[in-house]
Amino acid sequence: MADSRIRIENVTKRFGTVQAVRNASLTVAPGEVVLVIGPSGSGKSTLLRCVNRLETATEGDIWIDNDRVTDPRGNIRMIREEVGMVFQNFNLFPHLTALDNIALAPRKVKGEPKQTTYERARTLLARVGLADKEDAYPSQLSGGQQQRVAIARALAMEPKVMLFDEPTSALDPEMIKEVLDVMLQLAQDGMTMLVVSHEMGFARAAADKVVFMDNGEVIESGTPEQVFDSPKEERTRKFLDHIL
Amino acid sequence: MASVNESESRSTQITVSDGALIPDRGEGSIFSAWNIAFFGALGLVILLPVISPEPYLEVIRFVPDGILKTFQVTVISIIFALVIGLVTGLGRISRNVFVNRLATVYVEVIRGIPLLVQLFYIYFALGRFLSLDRLVAAITAMSICYGAYMGEIFRAGIQSIPKGQMEAALALGMSRRQALRLVILPQTMRTILPPIGNEFIALLKDSSLVSIVAVSDLLRRGREYASTTFFYFESYTMVALIYLVITLFFSKIVGIMEERLETGGR
Repeated sequence: MADSRIRIENVTKRFGTVQAVRNASLTVAPGEVVLVIGPSGSGKSTLLRCVNRLETATEGDIWIDNDRVTDPRGNIRMIREEVGMVFQNFNLFPHLTALDNIALAPRKVKGEPKQTTYERARTLLARVGLADKEDAYPSQLSGGQQQRVAIARALAMEPKVMLFDEPTSALDPEMIKEVLDVMLQLAQDGMTMLVVSHEMGFARAAADKVVFMDNGEVIESGTPEQVFDSPKEERTRKFLDHIL
Repeated sequence: MASVNESESRSTQITVSDGALIPDRGEGSIFSAWNIAFFGALGLVILLPVISPEPYLEVIRFVPDGILKTFQVTVISIIFALVIGLVTGLGRISRNVFVNRLATVYVEVIRGIPLLVQLFYIYFALGRFLSLDRLVAAITAMSICYGAYMGEIFRAGIQSIPKGQMEAALALGMSRRQALRLVILPQTMRTILPPIGNEFIALLKDSSLVSIVAVSDLLRRGREYASTTFFYFESYTMVALIYLVITLFFSKIVGIMEERLETGGR
């Protein structure tokens, strides 16, 4: 058990009377890439958002290594420093340049010296292929470029886990690949990743495990080949028929 | 899609603000309403003293320290109102029930009492216990009153920032306070600049109320001149024209700010 980086145990999330997540459990080992798929409204994003407590789980527990995220008295900010998140709509800070977007949190949250944060920000921008966009504001960047900056921004905190909430859903088709390439590279570098996405190509290339959720429940999980090619459950099969 | 558009058109809001430029069909032409009003007033302010120096030039000579006083009251009040407004706006979105209710009650109470009554209350009613200087009383009343309106501008400005901005900041490990200071408020400033400009213009006009507690602002000075010389028509004409030139000037500036904001800024 100790060798899981993210451990989600019997998590339920209710919004009023609506059960968004029902008794879901899953684990992500260090360096593992896990993809969560499922129809819209199946609770996959909600579950992901419980991992850094943007949503508070109603029942159950979530652990990042030995820190209990769901501990109401725990220091969630310290855990969040180690859990990067990438959003569907990028959520870059529009009043800051690409470089400032990336350097802001390390400086203000971790209190690192300005020079260190900017050096790392430049390195990260180069790593996502945007070295020439340092001074660009988010509104001057395409969707794909914004998402790559957003990934660099999350990486600047040097997290040990990265969460991706439908990172390519808001992108035009021709921009999806540039974002997936960055994610693929990240996976190959050994980052622990929990990804909500339907990108089959990415799943086959990078995912160690695919988890199918429906109606708030984890229906089945396995290697991409198992889940995509020979799903055990009828609901999984139906869903895959829809999206393929 | 159709239903979305429909519901949008049904919830169309009519907002007519106090200070900024009003829509004008002749906009862009030399004979736009603003040009006619502004340059007409400015022309009269210059021409009248030339044509008939006897009362008009005298009035012009008599009121400048009143104009200064008007600006003094306006600028000091707007600064205090901004501070009160920021605190009130943050209070209005606070999740602390006590703070939230306190800020909301303040806004409700102040907005429900005419400014003139607030001014009388602070100067004459509270004056029995506090014996405030009239200028201090005037500025206090204006600040408290406008602070409530500013509070609503700050609240609306903060709430206009998409929820994802706060989430992104929190996800990076920031506290709510850091997120507000580093991410939310800087974005808010841009959107609330025009409404704050409008409040400035409204406050500048309302500052004429302080003449009633004998603060010698522009209106008071005009009145003093009139009551000693009996040139009532000429005095108040000049006073009105000077107010008009000043407020039209500032409303143009606010209009330009709004335009910049609409075209995206950067």
